[in-house]
Amino acid sequence: MMRALELQDVHKAFGPTPIIRGVSLTIEAGTRQALIGPNGAGKSTLFNLITGKYPVSSGHIRLKGAEVTGRRPNEINRLGLSRSFQVTNIFPQLSVFENVRCSVLWALGYRYSFWHRVNRARDVQERTETVLEQLNLMARRHVPAGVLSYAEQRALEIGITIAGGADVILLDEPTSGMSRSETEHVVQLIREVTAGKTLLMVEHDMGVVFDLADRIAVLVYGEIIAHDTPERIRANAAVQEAYLGVPQGAV
Amino acid sequence: MSTPTPAAARPLAIDQASRSGGLRAFGLWLGVALLLVVLPFVIRTPVAVPIMSQMGIAIVFALSFNMLLGQGGMLSFGHAVYFGVGGFIAAHALNLAAARGVYLPVPLVPLAGGLGGLVFAMIFGAFSTIRSGTVFAMISLGVGELMAASSLIFDRFFGGEEGITTNRAKAPLLFGLTFTKDREVYYLIAFWVVVTAAAMYAFSRTPIGRIANAVRDNPERAEFVGYSPRWVRYVSFCAAGLFAGIAGGLFAVNYEILTAENMGLNASGAVLLMTYIGGIGYFLGPIMGAVVFTFLQSMLSDYTGIWLLYLGILFLATVLFVPAGLAGLLMLHAPAWRAGRLPRLIGPYLLVAVFGVVAAVGVVGAFEMTHFLASAESTRATKRLFGVAVAPRTAAPWLAFIALTAVGALGLRWAAPRATAALAEANRPGPSR
Repeated sequence: MMRALELQDVHKAFGPTPIIRGVSLTIEAGTRQALIGPNGAGKSTLFNLITGKYPVSSGHIRLKGAEVTGRRPNEINRLGLSRSFQVTNIFPQLSVFENVRCSVLWALGYRYSFWHRVNRARDVQERTETVLEQLNLMARRHVPAGVLSYAEQRALEIGITIAGGADVILLDEPTSGMSRSETEHVVQLIREVTAGKTLLMVEHDMGVVFDLADRIAVLVYGEIIAHDTPERIRANAAVQEAYLGVPQGAV
Repeated sequence: MSTPTPAAARPLAIDQASRSGGLRAFGLWLGVALLLVVLPFVIRTPVAVPIMSQMGIAIVFALSFNMLLGQGGMLSFGHAVYFGVGGFIAAHALNLAAARGVYLPVPLVPLAGGLGGLVFAMIFGAFSTIRSGTVFAMISLGVGELMAASSLIFDRFFGGEEGITTNRAKAPLLFGLTFTKDREVYYLIAFWVVVTAAAMYAFSRTPIGRIANAVRDNPERAEFVGYSPRWVRYVSFCAAGLFAGIAGGLFAVNYEILTAENMGLNASGAVLLMTYIGGIGYFLGPIMGAVVFTFLQSMLSDYTGIWLLYLGILFLATVLFVPAGLAGLLMLHAPAWRAGRLPRLIGPYLLVAVFGVVAAVGVVGAFEMTHFLASAESTRATKRLFGVAVAPRTAAPWLAFIALTAVGALGLRWAAPRATAALAEANRPGPSR
């Protein structure tokens, strides 16, 4: 099976404080995987290392076989990896439509063009509208993204992440702060938009994790202590200890 | 709105919409051009044409500044550098053309300025645009100081304290066009205003122009959808330098003299003021700001020595009360206008205007008397203010102006919330009550 993402002995320290302490992890292409772990385990830091936001202290990261260690986030994105953020990270003054369109432009080859007129680019228009329909935000397309409801902003966050057509998707707590019904909605959305793609997501809601994930990686104090199918993770004694029985209780 | 359009019908609809939109846009630009052509025939006072030329130059400069501030989120305190460098290069180019060193007719001289602005923006932009926000603002200030210092060092290029003079009458002709009369220069400036404004508007509609807005809003997110915020800022910065340089070239053609002042901190501050007063959130904003600022500048300076103070107050009032600027204020009324409810606002607005004028008379009176007493004029006993002779050394006018200020301020406190409420009511969606 092809490897979408490969981490090899990745370390990260902020000053003298080690946060990621030797993570090796392989994510096969076409799988949906979850990264879980207690607060402060380094999940978001690991995301920031994979996506190039922070440089690694040591170790290697490969995306679809290509070395991306030390690359800028925009370069990594152009290789087909896209991420969402734990705290909503959108373009608040731009319309909902423009938010999604920003993510479509590079992928469709418009790049830094100042010779195309963006409203005339039909492929951009169509891709953006398709994504907005998936998000169920078509009726809100002209509204500034900053005035959307929280749940709508979270959906838009996912929309911006997937609109560029990346085939490796990283979602950082996509359902955080959502009600039960909103969560169900988002899970359905994630299932739809990541069909045939590779998904790695950080998630605290164990219902969502066990619902979506083919495999689960458990990160505790900067180390992966288990990486296995949901059933085996549930039965894993070390995981239960780290979580104080939370996975069993939640499912 | 919630029922989705059938997928097959949609692309066609978009196409039609954008095509008719393109036609409308073309019509709009044509209308603007026509207006600029007839303006000198409509406004017949002799000072009008030079002032309109000045406005034209300010419009191009302010629009280029807003490519940085409004569209790119870069607050520059040194944008006049590119205006000034463009102007100097255009002046030298014009002199070279006059000496028949190169064939460069007057209408193309602004392009030489644009090229100069572009080249310097490419150099300074390389490190200015690494960051936005405070760092960018600080670097722009530093570059401004650097150029101010250079103007004293590179005497041959900047002409020292006298600056560089030129003579557009000596340049070679294009299609036999001469530029000896004010009106001829006005038309040349008007031509470049339309061309550059259309180009800057078009830039804002390109992929890089849209992404510039995204980088302004959230550089981090832009980076995670494939864009380098730094490169996006750099391209905007270079484009802004190009158009500022063209404005500087127009200045060189119009005034035939350039001094280091034209690229100094004051000039950079003026373009910031006019752009902000006009409104940085709208394409129309800098145009309105440039027109109003230039008008006040040339009118007020005829009447009072402290006109800069009034422009400063106008700027403060804009920042405090109308941060969206004149254009933003205008756009606030769009829903009411569409609903046909603007007439309802006449009453409340009239009240605000009356109290505003009363307060303004009071404030201006007090300032003018202070200025009178503090300046050399004070050998005389009286000063004409608002058509009356007042005696600043007696208590009566002071009391009167203070009373006017107080009445105006209290009246505004009473009337302004009512006007705001009336506007909110007029903007309310749905049928009128």
